[in-house]
Amino acid sequence: MSVTRDDLIDFVYDEARMLDEGRFDEWLDLWLPDGHYWMPLDWKQEDPVHVTSLMYEDIFMLKLRVERLNGARTFSQKPKSRCHHVLQRPFVDEMNEEEGCYVTTTSMHYVETRQDEQQLLALTARHELRQVDGRLRIANKRVDLLNCDAAFGNIQLLP
Amino acid sequence: MGRYTDNPEAVAGLFRGGEVHRDVYIDDEVYRLEMKHLFRNAWVFVGHDSQTPNKGDYFTTQVADQPVIMVRHSDGEIKVLYNRCPHKGTKIAIDRTGNTGKFFRCPYHAWSFKTDGCLLAIPLKKGYQDTGFDKTEGAKGMTAVGAVKNYRGFVFARLAEEGISFEEFFGESLSSLDNMIDRSPEGRLEVVGPPLRYMHKCNWKMLVENQTDTCHPMVAHESSAGTAVQIWKELGYTEDDPKPPAMEIIAPFMSPYEFFEEMGIRTWPNGHGHTGVTQSIHSKYSQIPGYWEAMVEGHGEEKAAQILGENRHNTVYFPNIMIKGPIQQLRVFIPLAADKTLVESYIYRPVGAPDELVARNAMYNRMINAPTSIVGHDDLEMYERAQEGLHADGNEWVNVQRLYTGEEDYDQEQVENGTTERQMRNQFHAWVKFMTWDMGKEPAREAAE
Repeated sequence: MSVTRDDLIDFVYDEARMLDEGRFDEWLDLWLPDGHYWMPLDWKQEDPVHVTSLMYEDIFMLKLRVERLNGARTFSQKPKSRCHHVLQRPFVDEMNEEEGCYVTTTSMHYVETRQDEQQLLALTARHELRQVDGRLRIANKRVDLLNCDAAFGNIQLLP
Repeated sequence: MGRYTDNPEAVAGLFRGGEVHRDVYIDDEVYRLEMKHLFRNAWVFVGHDSQTPNKGDYFTTQVADQPVIMVRHSDGEIKVLYNRCPHKGTKIAIDRTGNTGKFFRCPYHAWSFKTDGCLLAIPLKKGYQDTGFDKTEGAKGMTAVGAVKNYRGFVFARLAEEGISFEEFFGESLSSLDNMIDRSPEGRLEVVGPPLRYMHKCNWKMLVENQTDTCHPMVAHESSAGTAVQIWKELGYTEDDPKPPAMEIIAPFMSPYEFFEEMGIRTWPNGHGHTGVTQSIHSKYSQIPGYWEAMVEGHGEEKAAQILGENRHNTVYFPNIMIKGPIQQLRVFIPLAADKTLVESYIYRPVGAPDELVARNAMYNRMINAPTSIVGHDDLEMYERAQEGLHADGNEWVNVQRLYTGEEDYDQEQVENGTTERQMRNQFHAWVKFMTWDMGKEPAREAAE
């Protein structure tokens, strides 16, 4: 089954919707087991490991992050945060049918709110996707915040 | 003038042994007095000299609320200058880092200054002839801070011209910095990348106190560390299975009270102190291949064993930094207002050690200290709730009494049970000392001149 550009674009939109609707188990299921969610700290950062990043999380850490959100003693989520993604149409940067590898780049505005506070982050998300057993999965995701070098308060959900 | 200005008795009365008055956290006048007295008379962290390796390299930052430039002068020494043009006040440098060459040039009217602050040139200088300009503040150039000390790469400043010496202020507490630096086989650290920057809507002292608060991790961080341990078990692993680095870092936060009691707390004079005298949450990190050999080559076996035998947890350098020796990390709690604190978290590379150490330092930093950290989230939540809760008029006092004997001599180094709040009391003792150091003495000094 071949993957179309629309499949890739729909995938990115669907992922954002899952995050906005808090369907985190479904979201985790999108990931390949050795994938990483990377949010660099520095503008145009190249090394996720030997320099501080905001996030560089494997599936274990992402699962922990998501399970924590629903914990009985997760004090910073009482009350809970809500988030909202507004996407520009994703660019399809790579379509390697032979190996089943695809790359998209998407500009987004991400809004996160809790109690009386609301913050807006502008970001670029780069998805590396793979087709495995006929299904698109996330191999890696990189999220570059436009103001990555700014001082933030808590960012608790997933841009 | 309010209740506390020029009133050392009132300021001293805010700390009464086992309790602290809420005004130290929420009162704007107390905050302004901290900037004027405490942060002026104490030695305050500025930066690391590897941030400005070459002549003309500079780094802009703040010493409390004061904008400063740390710069490598033409003689190779580090200078710390107030970041304002003596002419109109314009900040001379606005980017975080850069190289200014042999001189600074103000972007407004092109006054220029040597990198030690001396006035170099003013365009159309004849306009100042016979105006008495040479007797003005402006003619002195950019003002330097009162004193600077570069201790093995770590740069500290005292804003006041005169006062306590660096050696007397820090004393034996420098052993923690030494241990962090000596973990480099070459005895040298280098800064790695930019710091995490995390804004807190709370008083800076809440963050400093939390560094030696050993009774909060298993409570406040149950949602992150406790859940991690639980997921680990669900995956079929036991306590004794080798853990991935992330688990090595996060699981010890759930250690029981007994662990923290036994780890011990040491306090030093002038408000410094550390947790983890005998052991710490960093003690059981796995060995990194090649590191021990490099340490033995650099320091000899005996000294290498002694350096790595220390696993101090958090060392607080009063007033506003914390370091972690075992993972080469420094956090600075920059007070911006009574209820606003910027936390910057740096990591360093132990020069000559395998890269895996830096990878662990970076991992710890993002997992624990980032605005995106699931551990940081709960800490910030506690601080901000306290900042709001302290406005409740039913009780004006904060309790720091755990294991208080009533007869503590903070001028003596002391090791105690790891759950004591003695280090918090030690900090408030030093707080009173440096707040009242020159309070009410300014008019007398002017009269003497």
